[in-house]
Amino acid sequence: MTITLDLAKENQKVKVADISGGWGIRQRLGCLGIHPGDIITVKRSAIMRGPILINIHGNQVALGRGVAGKIIVEAVE
Amino acid sequence: MRIALMGQPNSGKSTIFNHVAGYKAVTSNFPGKTVKYELTKFNLLGRTVELADLPGTYSLTSFDLAELEARKYLLKGNVDVVINVIDASLLSRSLELTLQLLELKLPMVICLNMIDEAERKGIKIEIEKLSEILGVPVVPAIALKGKGVKELFSTAYKIGEEKEIGKTMNFSKDVEEVIAQLSTQIKKKQINQEFNIPERFLALKYLENDSYFMENYEEKSNNLFKKIVHFQNILEETHGRQSDVVISSERHHLSMNIYESVVSLTKPHTSLIDYLDNILMHPFLGYIFLGLIFYLFFNLIFSVGKIVEEPLLDYFYRLIPLIEKSINPNTLSFSIISGIIQGLAGGIAIVLPYLFPFLFGLAILEDLGYLPRMAFLLDAFLHKIGLHGKAVIPFILGYGCTVPAIMATRILESERDRFIASVLATMIPCAARMTIIFALVAFYISPQAALAIYILNIIVIIISGKILSRLLPEITPGMILEIPAYHTPSIKVALAKTWLRMKEFIFIAWPLLIVGSTILSLLQFYKTDMLINNLFSPLTSLLGLPLVVGTTLIFGVLRKELSMLMLIQAIGTSNVTAVMSTTQIMTFTIFVIFYVPCVATITVLWKEIGSKRTLFTVAFTFILAVILAIITRFIY
Repeated sequence: MTITLDLAKENQKVKVADISGGWGIRQRLGCLGIHPGDIITVKRSAIMRGPILINIHGNQVALGRGVAGKIIVEAVE
Repeated sequence: MRIALMGQPNSGKSTIFNHVAGYKAVTSNFPGKTVKYELTKFNLLGRTVELADLPGTYSLTSFDLAELEARKYLLKGNVDVVINVIDASLLSRSLELTLQLLELKLPMVICLNMIDEAERKGIKIEIEKLSEILGVPVVPAIALKGKGVKELFSTAYKIGEEKEIGKTMNFSKDVEEVIAQLSTQIKKKQINQEFNIPERFLALKYLENDSYFMENYEEKSNNLFKKIVHFQNILEETHGRQSDVVISSERHHLSMNIYESVVSLTKPHTSLIDYLDNILMHPFLGYIFLGLIFYLFFNLIFSVGKIVEEPLLDYFYRLIPLIEKSINPNTLSFSIISGIIQGLAGGIAIVLPYLFPFLFGLAILEDLGYLPRMAFLLDAFLHKIGLHGKAVIPFILGYGCTVPAIMATRILESERDRFIASVLATMIPCAARMTIIFALVAFYISPQAALAIYILNIIVIIISGKILSRLLPEITPGMILEIPAYHTPSIKVALAKTWLRMKEFIFIAWPLLIVGSTILSLLQFYKTDMLINNLFSPLTSLLGLPLVVGTTLIFGVLRKELSMLMLIQAIGTSNVTAVMSTTQIMTFTIFVIFYVPCVATITVLWKEIGSKRTLFTVAFTFILAVILAIITRFIY
């Protein structure tokens, strides 16, 4: 089952299934190591629909809600 | 020989640069602080070498202005050696840029920077193996401590002399086939020679749909354009994804493979600093600490400044009566001498005591890596004024100086965001205006009143942001921001950075201040200041300020702190409260904070957002200042 990344819970590990945004967002996420197939751990979620903090290949990245909503992920055990 | 430092954001290019240039490029622990390149010349093995510190770029398919600047410099074609600086603790991701740089077929050296940080994270890299795979020398370094920098440059020199080029790595077979076919087409048409880049590189950029190369191309001939689309379609059909995703995934896998073959992972050493985020980024505690940090910061500046300001001012104002005894106060020479002394005093006694602790504190926060955390905490709030979290970075820099703040808006993706952030950044009280708030309001009224001004300022900025984002209703692209690991700040580097920023005051503003106060003395001597004051009288009387304030407002456009220093001189005493009521001091300060950005700011605005929008900003801030000052006059 797939969800968008902004709906993932804190400390949940997910795998990127697809990125639904346009060219710009795909490229920018790709640069930070986020491609289909990569594993993301959600570390924190800010209050008031603020950004989420994820761990990707050992690096921390903050993603705004809008951006996270464009990343389609599936849960990983 | 020309050497260029190229690498992903926050990999330590500027730190390496500063080793040979002296502290010339501002370094901080946040991605994207270098927005324009800096050049230096230095002597390397007996030859003069030019070194360029390029803005950090994640990829050669660039989007933001700073990244484009780096790519443009590199493609200009007069770089002899590229030093690809890599944050060793982020090796796999960094290799994606390295692979693209190799495609440019330029002589190259890799600098594995922060090798100590990588080891701390449990990443051990086989350096020789990496060098063998890529076909370029790899030099490990810890730039912050200067380790490996010497070897790096001597290796770069050697490679530049020998013009040695690294290997080009191959993607999957079917992708390579498409690349080869497109490359042949490009070669036939000799398009790549126009750009002065290898055909394979150009073929990849076309397959990645890079708008810069595509646009350039569409004008020229439709024939190749059709072929590009054709090849893009082949990749899309065979891989089931957009062609740019196919290429970036290929590069990603290649990097991962290289990474896995050269890295052995051990257990990471955790230290106290790793737990800092549990507090500083906590959804509740994070905000409390944010408030606390700024409150302490405010108090530090005030207490340090006050201790130094009082005795220094006393000293200088005791000098004037002494001179009066030896020179007749009604002569021209006395006017000039007292003008010079007051200019000197203004710099030493009023500005420096507040400027130094502020800039030093800011340097420590920057180097620690707190700014990106603030962006994370404040993203939701900034969305309310139509921006996103990254805008925090220009805003915080704006408390130092508006000029770099406006430059820093380049890290924002959309033009609209850059415009709104630039206008708002001009309203943030920079260090010059801070000295006015501290030396006038905090010193003569109370520290609480000064704090109130800062809070009022933030409220006004929020309201202005709301108005501007209503006028330009466009959704801000979401925030994508790397949160780098904390670094323990180095006092030496922080002092060097503080000095670099203070130099601006000492060598540009201070001489201006001395000249300005001498001119004011002369104007007073010949009684011409009254002419200017009368010209400004409609404004000063509207705001309920003394007539003598008029002249000082002109000086304030040159440099904001001048208006206060001139005020002290114009009213003829350092005891401002004897001449002005507290309401007048408040009104004056509020007006000076908001009215018309200084000349340096207007110049940079003109370059960054264009003439029309700059004039809008000038008018907007002036009207705002008048309204706020009138309100202060009647309410406070």
